[in-house]
Amino acid sequence: MEKEQDKIINDVTSGEYKYGFHSDIETEKISRGLNEDTIRTISGKKNEPEWLLEFRLKAFRHWQTMKMPTWANLKIPDIDYQDIIYYAAPKQKAVNKSLNDIDPELKRTFDKLGIPLEEQKHLSGVAVDAVMDSVSVKTTFRETLAESGIIFCSFSDAVKEYPDLIRRYMGTVVPYTDNFFASLNSAVFSDGSFCYIPKGVRCPMELSTYFRINSANTGQFERTLLIADEEAYVSYMEGCTAPMRDENQLHAAIVEIIAENNAEVKYSTVQNWYPGDKNGKGGIFNFVTKRGLCRGENSKISWTQIETGSAITWKYPSCILRGDNSTGEFYSVAVTNNHQQADTGTKMIHIGKNTRSTIVSKGISAGFSNNSYRGLVKVLKSASGARNFSQCDSLLLSDKCGAHTFPYIEVDNQTAIVEHEATTSKIGEDQIFYCNQRGISTEDAIGLIVNGYAREVLNKLPMEFAVEAQKLLQISLEGSVG
Amino acid sequence: MLIIKNLKAEINGKAILKGISLEVKAGEIHAIMGPNGSGKSTLAAVLAGRELVTVTEGSVTYFGKNLLEMPPEERSKEGIFLGFQYPIEIPGVSMVNFMKTAVNEHRKYKGLEPLSASDFLKMMREKKELVEIDSKLANRSVNEGFSGGEKKKNEIFQMAMLEPRLAILDETDSGLDIDALRIVANGVNKLKRPDSSAIVITHYQRLLDFIIPDVVHVLYDGRIVKTAGKELALELEEKGYDWIKKEVDKKDLA
Ligand SMILES: Nc1ncnc2c1ncn2[C@@H]1O[C@H](COP(=O)(O)OP(=O)(O)OP(=O)(O)O)[C@@H](O)[C@H]1O
Ligand SMILES: [Mg+2]
Repeated sequence: MEKEQDKIINDVTSGEYKYGFHSDIETEKISRGLNEDTIRTISGKKNEPEWLLEFRLKAFRHWQTMKMPTWANLKIPDIDYQDIIYYAAPKQKAVNKSLNDIDPELKRTFDKLGIPLEEQKHLSGVAVDAVMDSVSVKTTFRETLAESGIIFCSFSDAVKEYPDLIRRYMGTVVPYTDNFFASLNSAVFSDGSFCYIPKGVRCPMELSTYFRINSANTGQFERTLLIADEEAYVSYMEGCTAPMRDENQLHAAIVEIIAENNAEVKYSTVQNWYPGDKNGKGGIFNFVTKRGLCRGENSKISWTQIETGSAITWKYPSCILRGDNSTGEFYSVAVTNNHQQADTGTKMIHIGKNTRSTIVSKGISAGFSNNSYRGLVKVLKSASGARNFSQCDSLLLSDKCGAHTFPYIEVDNQTAIVEHEATTSKIGEDQIFYCNQRGISTEDAIGLIVNGYAREVLNKLPMEFAVEAQKLLQISLEGSVG
Repeated sequence: MLIIKNLKAEINGKAILKGISLEVKAGEIHAIMGPNGSGKSTLAAVLAGRELVTVTEGSVTYFGKNLLEMPPEERSKEGIFLGFQYPIEIPGVSMVNFMKTAVNEHRKYKGLEPLSASDFLKMMREKKELVEIDSKLANRSVNEGFSGGEKKKNEIFQMAMLEPRLAILDETDSGLDIDALRIVANGVNKLKRPDSSAIVITHYQRLLDFIIPDVVHVLYDGRIVKTAGKELALELEEKGYDWIKKEVDKKDLA
């Protein structure tokens, strides 16, 4: 802990977006634009079966009838969907993905990001699926996990090796018609992670996916599908970064989770896409659909997210609580600085009896940024005894930023108890002075105070992520008060 | 160690300190008394470097350096400690983390390595015993939900951790029960080194039974209007401030 504390302080004083470099990697790209041929090309490159191509085309045709949603509290510049490259893959020499076959530059890139692709370097035992641009370049610990019957691999591999599972589950939680970005993703998704934990198995290590955008002018569209069979448990983490560029890049992902009877899934995200520069130029548009289905009785899905990056964030990790006694949780810290915009929150849909949900949202806004919490708690007629507790706090670090809360509550069952609390606060000059008086600089004081404010959520993260997330909070707010 | 000359200061354009001169030598304890609103806390705030207060005239020299030019965190690291009249709550920040950050900042300033986790916890334990603070308080967030008296004891605990050369205690005795008062006063006495000094702001002479001051000042309307030995505190306790106010007002008229 000691060293880490020091490292945090050092990192804070050196500041800036640390992951903004670009790697020179030979990349295979298709040309810009989006039509049925683009989709056939992507599908063809991946040697996909006919049914998957059909799924994509259906999604694409549906997407063409849709308009970008405008209800979010966001100013989104026009996106020219014909000006995006929908497939960019680092060239890999061999099909066999043993480490020796990985481009050394690719390996260096992930080393630099702190994600070593060699298994022996992973002392803490975290299995990683590393995705760059449109493809998964390496999944570690596949064999080790397979020993306990766990499937952890890239989505593309899963399509080839476990087509039945994919066909059974893909699109069951987020249908291709769900929303504009989900339809787009369903049409053009290129890779992502797949995970299946069999009945009665507690996954012995943390699973994770690291998303890296590297190429210019590309969009990243990945899908993650996580299935926890009866009595299974898994903790899953996701991280992401991108180079600094003046133009915006689109990231539109789908995550689907299914939890069967008595299964539990913890899904943690540290989202650190390039946020754009101080004047709001560049940065990632992060338009993501994440949803979990508590299908079984007593199942539990827990979302924890630390959102510090992206120029614009539009995401609502949600839980459909179908199984009786199932539980959904959403713990979120969303930081916006400079000209960043975030509209994020969750949906908790109570269907089963005695279903429970907890929402803890901590928004932190600085600079000229705009930060909105948007959440829906819906209790259906069938959900007798349902309970929800929501706590939405906003912390303002400047007087030019905005913080908004949009809670929607729809209750159709008299026995349900739904509680909502909201607060807005500022970092007090007196708090900073108190720290100063004890020898702590203003920058560090803000770091302490913000981390204290976010403590409840940070505590939900797996150890491997917690320290990283703490540092990130401090760096993201660098120079935001003064 | 501390020389204040003709110090004038204002808050939001309103003059609060109207020419204060005061010298504190190494090893001395000064008590400052005076009616509510006379400027005692404001003086403490100026010494600690609070931006809210604007110095308009005068000088403050601390160990030969111009104190007013130093940022507040540097003053702290140079050994100035302010025990707040109203200690501030910082939710979610544990006392351990807060004090570790503070202590290591002080160490860095002195060119020392940061303390290891175990050395730090040992230090916490020792200091907690010294000031008889409840162990559990140190595991909670900074002042969050502390009772009034607990907050004051926590100030003394922090002082023990930072070992200041000049401690400014702003009504640390207010809100304490009799036992706590003795504990706090004992703490201050135990922490006092021959070359360290203290400015003790208080309304009650009973504190000064425990912490014996070398000098007592009376602050009234932004000025030090009387300075004497510790017997002045007794006199004030008996007679209140009216007689001093009258003396001052008479002088002003003349
Ligand atoms: N933030 C502020 N804004 C405006 N006026 C202030 C502020 N802080 C202090 N003052 C004023 O400055 C004057 C001196 O206040 P100060 O707190 O220094 O008094 P004090 O001697 O410490 O009183 P007490 O014994 O009640 O603690 C008071 O009139 C007070 O109202
Ligand atoms: Mg006062």
